[in-house]
Amino acid sequence: MNELMPRLESVFRDVFDDPRLAIVPATTASDVSGWDSLTNINLIFAIEREFKVRFALGEIQELGNVGEMLALIRKKQSHDV
Amino acid sequence: MQLPKELRFPVAAEAVLRKRAWLRRELLNQTGLLPVRIAILGGSTTQEIRSILELFLLAQGIQPSFYESAYGAWYEEAMFESAELWSFKPDIVFVHTTWHNVARFPDLLQPEAEVEQLARAEMARFEAFWKKIHEGLGAVIIQNNFDLPRLRPLGNLEAAESSGRVNFLLRLNAGFAKYAATHSRFLIDDILYLSAQTGLSQWFDTRYWFSYHMAVSPVGTVALAQNVAAIIKSVYGKTKKCLVLDLDNTLWGGVIGDDGLQNLVLGRDHPEGEAFAGFQRYVQGLRARGVLLAVCSKNDLENAREGFSHPDTVLKLDDFSAFKANWNPKPQNIREIAAELNIGLDSLVFVDDNPAERAIVAAQLPEVAVPEVGSDVSLFAEALEREAYFEPFKIVRDDLDRAAYYAGNMQRSQYESAFGSYGEFLASLEMTAEIGPFLPVYMERIAQLINKTNQFNLTTRRYTVAEVEVIANDPASITLYGRLADKFGDNGLVSVVIGKVHGQAVEIDVWLMSCRVLKREMETAMFDALVEECRARGVREILGVYIPSRKNGMVAEHYGALGFCRLEDGPDGRTLWSYRVPPVGSPRAAHIRRREHPAAILANA
Repeated sequence: MNELMPRLESVFRDVFDDPRLAIVPATTASDVSGWDSLTNINLIFAIEREFKVRFALGEIQELGNVGEMLALIRKKQSHDV
Repeated sequence: MQLPKELRFPVAAEAVLRKRAWLRRELLNQTGLLPVRIAILGGSTTQEIRSILELFLLAQGIQPSFYESAYGAWYEEAMFESAELWSFKPDIVFVHTTWHNVARFPDLLQPEAEVEQLARAEMARFEAFWKKIHEGLGAVIIQNNFDLPRLRPLGNLEAAESSGRVNFLLRLNAGFAKYAATHSRFLIDDILYLSAQTGLSQWFDTRYWFSYHMAVSPVGTVALAQNVAAIIKSVYGKTKKCLVLDLDNTLWGGVIGDDGLQNLVLGRDHPEGEAFAGFQRYVQGLRARGVLLAVCSKNDLENAREGFSHPDTVLKLDDFSAFKANWNPKPQNIREIAAELNIGLDSLVFVDDNPAERAIVAAQLPEVAVPEVGSDVSLFAEALEREAYFEPFKIVRDDLDRAAYYAGNMQRSQYESAFGSYGEFLASLEMTAEIGPFLPVYMERIAQLINKTNQFNLTTRRYTVAEVEVIANDPASITLYGRLADKFGDNGLVSVVIGKVHGQAVEIDVWLMSCRVLKREMETAMFDALVEECRARGVREILGVYIPSRKNGMVAEHYGALGFCRLEDGPDGRTLWSYRVPPVGSPRAAHIRRREHPAAILANA
């Protein structure tokens, strides 16, 4: 999980255009200013491309915070290998 | 400003989407942006389109303000005159419909006659909608044609059977194209092509459709936004005019000065030779529809010219309106090309396989567009296409004849040196002008000139075709267009004057002229016609204003030269001028004979 975090943080920084944005596993949408439905589309798209994974339709809706997102990315990556 | 690399060829859709907030911030640092009001009427979700379209418009120097219809309400908002839409007063209405918005597809095995009737009914629905927008909002319409469904329950029969969906959508697309051919303020955004270019499985992503009702995926949205921005750019005359080409390893393989004509790689029997010939054919296609061509090459002139005698050359020497082959730095040659052709540096696109030459031109002449074409000739045309530098608004007759005028210009300037005085030269040109109030047949060309002319333009005010039509029909307007012909050819419609009459004075709102007829007395002939018109209407005073821009320095003294009195200097460097119309007088343009205006001919018939 540790080596994924800096890359995920860099995605967040680009999407929310904030070079100092810091995220932790407990971060949720309400902690990040500008995280609305449009930026969420953008965020999920950028994560898919950054980590070369593809989320299924239902998976995205179930995510509660950054930690769960990381876990999902890891799960997807291990499946792909 | 040099555009961020994300927005230049080759555009990386992923980077554009991910870094859009930063890109927007960067682009908003520009000054002098052209404000444009755009209503997006969507048959599906449009937020993503708006967000990316804004970036590509800012990249073209256009600052959009947007209106978005309620979700899926493209049709209702126009037909029932949504108050918000009407009060927004869009300049442009972009109708983002896709195949999902077709009202009804044919039933399986429905007979051909009924399918045809169904297609006509769908066309009638769209036509009523377009008419409502044109008449109620006066906006230019950019309308998606139809993409194809990603899934084919009927398999190949979707195309082959007349009741198939592919078959039906292609019929509608043909109907849309027919409508575009007869309506000047109606432009097609060809998403059938865009979806094919992107790949249907990339263009439409079921997850985005089911989650957000986005009929086009994020990656498809980037292609769509870039294309719509190119169309809008063309509406505002921001299309490039001239393609400047290097020779060695750009138009043919090899170095003609070293390798000799017979060893050039060009044409048959060699894959690379075919590719160079292919690029030449593409360039010739651009020329055929009015893009000027110029050569800028480090070569001896003799050698450079000899290249065009190669048996497999597609381009010929007389395809070029300017030809610079010497050992001077390319930025200097490119400046001279712009001066010779009387066009701004920002109308030029420079293609060179050599990255060092591209870098020096981009650095020294930031106005010139320098695409990153790489060094592989098979991608040169692709780079030009994707940047959509030459996206035409509508091709008008004058575009097709433009290269011929410039060729005539070369003859004219050679001719000029053979005369004792400039007056003798002008007399020998046997010029005739047709000058009169705007005619419907010329509206598009007039709007094109209003939006493209930068140098000989007193006020740089821009109007759409719709606005020009309104002005032409206003009895308080004086409108004049001028066409100029001479013994070398017809220069086409080259000058426009618009005045607003208030009581006994007329205020000049627009006065412009194409630089291709500079120093030909045409401005004086237009002045004569304006004075005549004033006398006919009992107007006693002509008020002129010169509003300085970055490019119109050449007309700062225009009114002074015509004998206007300088009244005062306004803010931002503008100057105000007045001319008292004498009750009688004779025309001043001594070397231009007036031809009868078609309206006058019709009136006398």
